[in-house]
Amino acid sequence: MTTLLHKTLSFANNRAVRWLALLVLATALLVAPFTVYPLFLMNVFCFVLFASALNLVLGYAGLLSLGHAAFFGGAAYVTAHTAKAWDWPFEIAVLAGMCFAAILGLFMGLIGIKRYGIYFAMITLALAQMIYFLAVQMPFTNGEDGIQAIPRGTLLGLIDLSDIRAMYFVVLGFVILGMLLIWRCIHSPFGHILAAIRENEPRAVSLGLDVARYKLIAFVLSATLSGLAGSLKVLSFQLAALNNVSWHLSGEVVLMTLIGGLGTFVGPIIGSTFVVALEHFLATSGLPVSLVIGIIFMACVMLFRRGVWGETKARIAAMIEKPDSDRH
Amino acid sequence: MPELFGVPVVVLLGQIMLGLINGSFYAVLSLGLAIIFGMLNVINFAHGALYMMGAFITWILLSTVGINYWAALIVAPLVVGLFGVVVERLALRHLYKVDHLYSLLFTFGLALALEGLFRYIYGSAGKPYPVPEQLTGVFKLGFMILPIYRAWVIIAALLVCLLVWLVIEKTRLGAWLRAATENPSLVTAFGINVPLMVTLTYGFCVGLAGFAGVLAAPIYQVSPGMGSSLIIVVFAVVVIGGLGSVGGSILTGLSLGVIEGLTKTFYPSASTIVIFVVMAIVLIIRPAGLFGREA
Repeated sequence: MTTLLHKTLSFANNRAVRWLALLVLATALLVAPFTVYPLFLMNVFCFVLFASALNLVLGYAGLLSLGHAAFFGGAAYVTAHTAKAWDWPFEIAVLAGMCFAAILGLFMGLIGIKRYGIYFAMITLALAQMIYFLAVQMPFTNGEDGIQAIPRGTLLGLIDLSDIRAMYFVVLGFVILGMLLIWRCIHSPFGHILAAIRENEPRAVSLGLDVARYKLIAFVLSATLSGLAGSLKVLSFQLAALNNVSWHLSGEVVLMTLIGGLGTFVGPIIGSTFVVALEHFLATSGLPVSLVIGIIFMACVMLFRRGVWGETKARIAAMIEKPDSDRH
Repeated sequence: MPELFGVPVVVLLGQIMLGLINGSFYAVLSLGLAIIFGMLNVINFAHGALYMMGAFITWILLSTVGINYWAALIVAPLVVGLFGVVVERLALRHLYKVDHLYSLLFTFGLALALEGLFRYIYGSAGKPYPVPEQLTGVFKLGFMILPIYRAWVIIAALLVCLLVWLVIEKTRLGAWLRAATENPSLVTAFGINVPLMVTLTYGFCVGLAGFAGVLAAPIYQVSPGMGSSLIIVVFAVVVIGGLGSVGGSILTGLSLGVIEGLTKTFYPSASTIVIFVVMAIVLIIRPAGLFGREA
């Protein structure tokens, strides 16, 4: 049994097999929009990026932000407004959204980063609620109605994005770029420093690291990528609404990360796909979404804090450990 | 008609009054949060949802069984408190050992679930609740007209706050509580059942939120969303005041209510965000909060 497991694991670690798996995934992503409803997949992609961006601060730097919807929804409104009212082209509108999210992230980070744990969570939540109220009141957001019929424009003036499949591949491309950036970050010295701060902050300080600065950089980066996710989502759906900035969304994205596994690259991908699919299912079933989400949230905290991916990794590691200890 | 800063005095006093009412709710809720945080090291995100539950129980009692406001004032906090005891025993207790963020996330999930449940059963629309007969009518003070119920809310909330403060600061029970906050294992060694005390503290503070919900039922519409919008403001109040001091959280709650009321008079569109702006400014100037110790 264990030899079989070892064989399977060494098989999985094989370079050629990894490339094969990647190839299968790539093919699936290429074929998917012709078989599955593309808008659903685009929604999944946006949340994969959003949850992974949050994971950068929550999982890697250990900062619980309960205000990430402000970046997502704030960028969504900025992109929507610039694309619709000012006729800004696709790329510039997305960039404007990201810039807004980055500046907002810098502002929130500067105010909150000095406070630890629970206080940081409350501060981000409160500041995000301020953005929510601004979104309710500002004239350009149209309050409850939101901004509707947002034009997608063209990519670099060449590809018409009103075609849903073209938009699908653009969203996919941007999300992959964002994910690569996150991958690069967590496997860089910077990522290791974040992990060091999460594990033992006083030690990181005594090593001479400017802890607050690293946290701030991670927070702004996370905010910017969340903004990218929000901008892409709003252009996919062509609708900017208040639910993108509400505290429920901040909570949901924390759940996505938690359910998949904090501090793992794959975790948020699994978690967000699961939660988006679940919400899609619940929307038509007539069951109350937030009740189900809340119950899963509680169950997740009580029963498997390491998340699906974290738990799987731990199980496999434990199984490999055992035969070794037998031998000694 | 007399004016002050270009605003009729009657309007100004009316808004300050409304601010005091909001402030009373902030005070009662942030007081509960502060005590729970002191004893359990838990930020109870579900505090708002439990306040909403208190209001809903009041409404349900009247509309289905015909039980009036005065009975609800006792029954609703008890039910909410019992619910809190169950939650603490079944769930929160097992989270003390792990990172505090998990208990925050648990109560967050609980808040989502409760709000979702009430929305599912009763819909999103607000339910009106009549002001009890004994408290209808107004006081004519000459310079302003004060609805009796509003005066009652402020007095009741302040009395409760004062009572809790006295119990904590001046009685033996309060001394045990304070001691258990500082050093639970030492207090256990003196033969005091600390886990039980923790459970009852949570139940009591949550019941306090339920009590605030009963007071709120005739003023605000009873709706599933009433708790979450309030709790986020209360979080800002708590960040401003710091969780260290019970008196501090009462004072901060009241004064921020008044600031909100004044903003509504002079610059209405900023009234929803003024507390958050104050929080940002306080954090920049005094990161530990006004009355806070660094956490």
